[in-house]
Amino acid sequence: MARNARVSQLSEAIPVPGKIAITLVVNGVERQLDVAPWTTLLDALRDHLDLTGTKKGCDHGQCGACTVLVDGRRINSCLALAVMKDGTHVTTIEGLEENGVLHPLQQAFIDHDAFQCGYCTSGQICSAVGLIAEGRAKSADEIRELMSGNICRCGAYPNIVAAIQQAMG
Amino acid sequence: MINFQYTRASNVADAVRQIAANPTAKFIAGGTNLVDLMKMDVERPSRLIDISQLPLKTVDETADGGLRIGALVPNSDLAYHPLIEQRYPLLASAILAGASAQLRNMASTGGNLLQRTRCAYFYDTATPCNKRQPGSGCSAIEGLNRGHAILGTSEACIATHPSDMCVALAALDAKVHVTGPSGDRAIAMSDFHRLPGTTPQLDTNLNPNEMVTAVELPPRGFATNYTYLKIRDRLSYAFALVSIAAALELEGGTIKEARLALGGVAHKPWRDVAAEAALRGQAANQAAFVHAANLLLRDARGYAHNSFKIELARRGIVRALTQAARGTPQSQSNKKVL
Repeated sequence: MARNARVSQLSEAIPVPGKIAITLVVNGVERQLDVAPWTTLLDALRDHLDLTGTKKGCDHGQCGACTVLVDGRRINSCLALAVMKDGTHVTTIEGLEENGVLHPLQQAFIDHDAFQCGYCTSGQICSAVGLIAEGRAKSADEIRELMSGNICRCGAYPNIVAAIQQAMG
Repeated sequence: MINFQYTRASNVADAVRQIAANPTAKFIAGGTNLVDLMKMDVERPSRLIDISQLPLKTVDETADGGLRIGALVPNSDLAYHPLIEQRYPLLASAILAGASAQLRNMASTGGNLLQRTRCAYFYDTATPCNKRQPGSGCSAIEGLNRGHAILGTSEACIATHPSDMCVALAALDAKVHVTGPSGDRAIAMSDFHRLPGTTPQLDTNLNPNEMVTAVELPPRGFATNYTYLKIRDRLSYAFALVSIAAALELEGGTIKEARLALGGVAHKPWRDVAAEAALRGQAANQAAFVHAANLLLRDARGYAHNSFKIELARRGIVRALTQAARGTPQSQSNKKVL
């Protein structure tokens, strides 16, 4: 339990909270970083690892722009503390393509013009990867319901649903 | 967000020990509400004690035929758990009516119980709020109170409890298992949350330093005649204006057992045993449902912007009981209310 050993050292009364060493496997690559306890996973990705594909929209879990996959599950990275995700596998929009070939959902979003400004798109696509892995959505109604945590203020919703349906096959 | 220290609890006893040692420490599990409140400076813990890795993540059958749900089971895992889907579909439906898929993946069962009101004044540190700062006053009573409570309010607070899951747990007569420095105890779901009275800063009857370890469901699941009907300003991903958990056991056309609990209307999930008693033994028809609705709402009181909730709740109760009696529960994806 190396991770607990690191933390328990910190739990000795330290007047100013120090940084904590964590390991994340981000898009298949092991990354070690020192983060303050209040650093969110979103800020760790964007500011510590320069992975700016994941967007900060509302920063309060209301818009879904920050959606990433942690151990395969979609979550709002703005509400997750990086220290609590020590040892996990994180997948961001940068990690979806393989050998220069776009992920089927990325391609489907292009095919269906499923965005306008694009700010919500990486969150939409990561959320849709999670949605497909969950296997709960079959109908368009179910896709809409289970994608409701991703807001698109350009209003590309019909095309987003069509893109997801294409990727679901 | 203020700076804070972070530790992990190695087991439940360690968690209780750590929280008891520091009056300004807080537990964190899913963090979906707490981290947000910390960003808003509403919660300012000096230390977070991470309990998310503790082994409270299973759903187990109990000796009497019920289920024991670990406090750290994520909301999504609970909603999609085969035993919940089969035996307690009311609970599954209520969970899926709340939040978003991402939030449900993060949020824990215990955290859902302990989430705080979404009253805008509670979140806005520039305004008075008795729940956030006792004695400072309630901005909602004379303010924008369209989403606020109509039952069990006080001069000090008219906030609502935001959970959907808890409304179903109240209707299902769940028990909350907690542990603390004085040992373990179980609290009936209807006694877990409290009305605001003169101390709205207290959301629950948990003692200081107690921790939720599990939620227990009794054997009775109402899997045939139930519904969770949630009425809100948009079709998904919004808090309830009014929500209704209704569950019936029918014998022929007669109501043998009834459960009725409302969300979005009070400081706690509002279960009314008098309305349930009035349904028992009656024919399952419109007249009985209207009578129960009127009974449940007998003491309802509206404020400047939320009086519509009283009639909305009345019609919602009748519709929910009708859906339950017909065995046609509200779909949480096709939002047509039939």
